[in-house]
Amino acid sequence: MTDLTNLTVADIRDGVAAGTFSAREVASAFNDAVEAGRPLGAYIVETPELALKAADAADAARASGDLKPLSGVPIGMKDLFCTQGVQTTAASHILEGFTPPYESTVSANLWAAGAGMLGKLNLDQFAMGSSNETSYFGNAINPWKSADGKELTPGGSSGGSSSAIAARLCPAATGTDTGGSIRQPAAFTGIAGIKPTYGRCSRWGTVAFASSLDQAGAMARTVKDNAIMLEAMAGFDAKDATSLDLPVPQWEAGLSSDLKGKTVGIPREYRPDGLNAELAALWEQGIEWLKDAGADVIEVSLPHTQYALPAYYIIAPAEASSNLARYDGVRYGLRDLPEGAGLQDMYAATRAAGFGDEVKRRIMIGTYVLSAGYYDAYYTQACKVRTLIAQDFEAAFEKCDVLLTPTAPSAAFALGEKQADPLAMYLNDVFTVPASLAGLPAMSVPGGLDGGGLPLGLQIIGKALDEQGVLNASLALEERAGFIARAEKWW
Amino acid sequence: MGGEGWCRKKSEIMSIDITTVKKVASLARIAVTDEQAETLVPELNNILGWVEQLGEVDVSGVEPMTAVIPNTLRLRDDVVNADPLTGGNIRDKVLANAPQAEHGFFAVPKVIE
Repeated sequence: MTDLTNLTVADIRDGVAAGTFSAREVASAFNDAVEAGRPLGAYIVETPELALKAADAADAARASGDLKPLSGVPIGMKDLFCTQGVQTTAASHILEGFTPPYESTVSANLWAAGAGMLGKLNLDQFAMGSSNETSYFGNAINPWKSADGKELTPGGSSGGSSSAIAARLCPAATGTDTGGSIRQPAAFTGIAGIKPTYGRCSRWGTVAFASSLDQAGAMARTVKDNAIMLEAMAGFDAKDATSLDLPVPQWEAGLSSDLKGKTVGIPREYRPDGLNAELAALWEQGIEWLKDAGADVIEVSLPHTQYALPAYYIIAPAEASSNLARYDGVRYGLRDLPEGAGLQDMYAATRAAGFGDEVKRRIMIGTYVLSAGYYDAYYTQACKVRTLIAQDFEAAFEKCDVLLTPTAPSAAFALGEKQADPLAMYLNDVFTVPASLAGLPAMSVPGGLDGGGLPLGLQIIGKALDEQGVLNASLALEERAGFIARAEKWW
Repeated sequence: MGGEGWCRKKSEIMSIDITTVKKVASLARIAVTDEQAETLVPELNNILGWVEQLGEVDVSGVEPMTAVIPNTLRLRDDVVNADPLTGGNIRDKVLANAPQAEHGFFAVPKVIE
C-alpha cells in the first residue's frame, strides 16, 4: 500500500469516502509519523487517541452515509487555539499546564467538519517570533537542512505547523498570522499557507497577541487543501466582536487557474536594493507564470511600504502589552510567590518567571509607547501610518486584482543565526506585514529551490474578502511551478 | 535584502536610560534585575530608534485606523446566558485552572495589612 502520510487532504477525504482505505488506517499512519518525527520538535502535545477517535467516527459515518467535509482527515492544531481538555500553552511557561474548559471556535469548526487532532503544534512563544526559537518547549526544526548540514528554522511563528506538514507529520494544520506567521513559515518549508481577510475566522478561544492583526488561517501542501481547510475554519461567530457576518464562500468549488481578464500588480517598493538575486529571479519567473495563465501584469506603487514594519512594531507590541496583562498568576497558569511577597510582587515575579525574553521585550515596548507623553508620538502616529498603508492597497487594487511579491527576504536561515539581533529577526516579515496591517487575504506558495537546495515562496495578496482571487492566482503559480521537492528524511 | 536600507540611525533625543527601563518594567509588572535592565537599555533603544522613522511620514488630515475591515459593532441580545459558553453558572470551570482557589474564590496573598 502507498504511504498514507504522503496523501493530501483532498486525497484522504476522497479515499476515505471511496473506501480505498479506512480513516483509522490514515490516523494510525500519521500517529506513527508523529512519534517518529519527535526530533523535529514540531508537536508540544501528541493526542493519538483523539485522532483515532475522530477516525472511528469517520469510518462509522461512511458506513451510515453521513460523511462530513473533513471526515477521516487528521490535522495538527497550533498550540495557540484553546482545546477542551488538552493543554494549551502558546508555547509559554506561564500557561504550562493550562487545560481549557472550552474549545476555540476555529478548532470546534474543524472537529464539527469531521477532522481529528494529531496534537498541539509548537510555535514562537505567544506567536511572537519568526523562527520558532522563542518557544519554551524548544525549537521546532525545519525538515530541510542547509547544504552543509546545519539545522534550519522552519520559520515562525507557526513553525511547528510548517515543519510538521513538510515532514508529513500531518497533511494540514492550523496557523495564525499576525504579521506573517503563516506565510513566512510556509515559504521556509516548501508548503502553502493562507491568511484570510481579517474577521473571516473567529478569534474566540485563540490566545490573543495583537487583536487588530491576529487572524487564523490554513497551512497544507497544496492550494486546494488550503481551500478545503479554510472553508471549514471560517464563518461568523457572535462571540468575536470583529467576526465578519458573511457567508463562507465555496472556495474549493470556485478554484480556477484561468486568469484571463485578471490583472496582477507588481509593487515596485517590494524590490529594494540588495534583494536576494535568486528571489528576484523567482519573482520574474512568477510573473511569467501568471502571464502564461492569462493574466495581464502591471507595475503598481505602494508608497508607504517602508513604514509598514516600524508601524507594526509599535501597534503589535502595544496590543500585546494590553492582551498579556491577563497573565498575573491569579486565574490560570503559573504563579511565582516569593517568600513574604505581596500581590504586586507576585504579579511581577510570576511574569518575570513565566514570559520569555522576546515576550518581555515586546510587552515593555508596548508599555512604553502607550505610556503618558509618548502615546501620540508613537501609537497614534503608527495608527495613522496604518491608514495610509491600507489606502495604498486600495489605490493599487483600483488597477489590479491581486499583487505578486516574494514571501520572505531569504530562504530558511540557520537556528541561532538571528537570535542575538531582534531587529534582524523583525526584518523577516518585511513583505508580509503590510497586508496584515491592511487586513487583506494573502497566501504563500512554493516557487522553487534556491542554489542551496532550499525552498523559496511567492506571495499573492488580494482585495479584502477576495480569498478566491488569492487562491486562484496561487493555483496558477502552483501548477506552473510543479514543486514536488521534499526534504530528505533524517529524523 | 540587507537590513541597512530599512534601519535608520537612532536618534539621540528619545533614547531611554536604565531608570526609564525600570519604570516601564514596573508599569508592566515584570520583575527585572539590574543586570537585565542594563541589557534591555540598548535593545529597547535600538528598536525605538528604528521605529522613530515613522515621524517623517506626513499624516496631516489622516485619521488613525480603528478597524481594518469596515464592520458594525453588534450588541448581543439582552438575555441572561444567551450563550451558555460565555454565560454564567460555571464557577467551577472558571476556577479549574487557578493556581490557588479557595471556597469558590481566586485566592491571592494578603493585600491589606
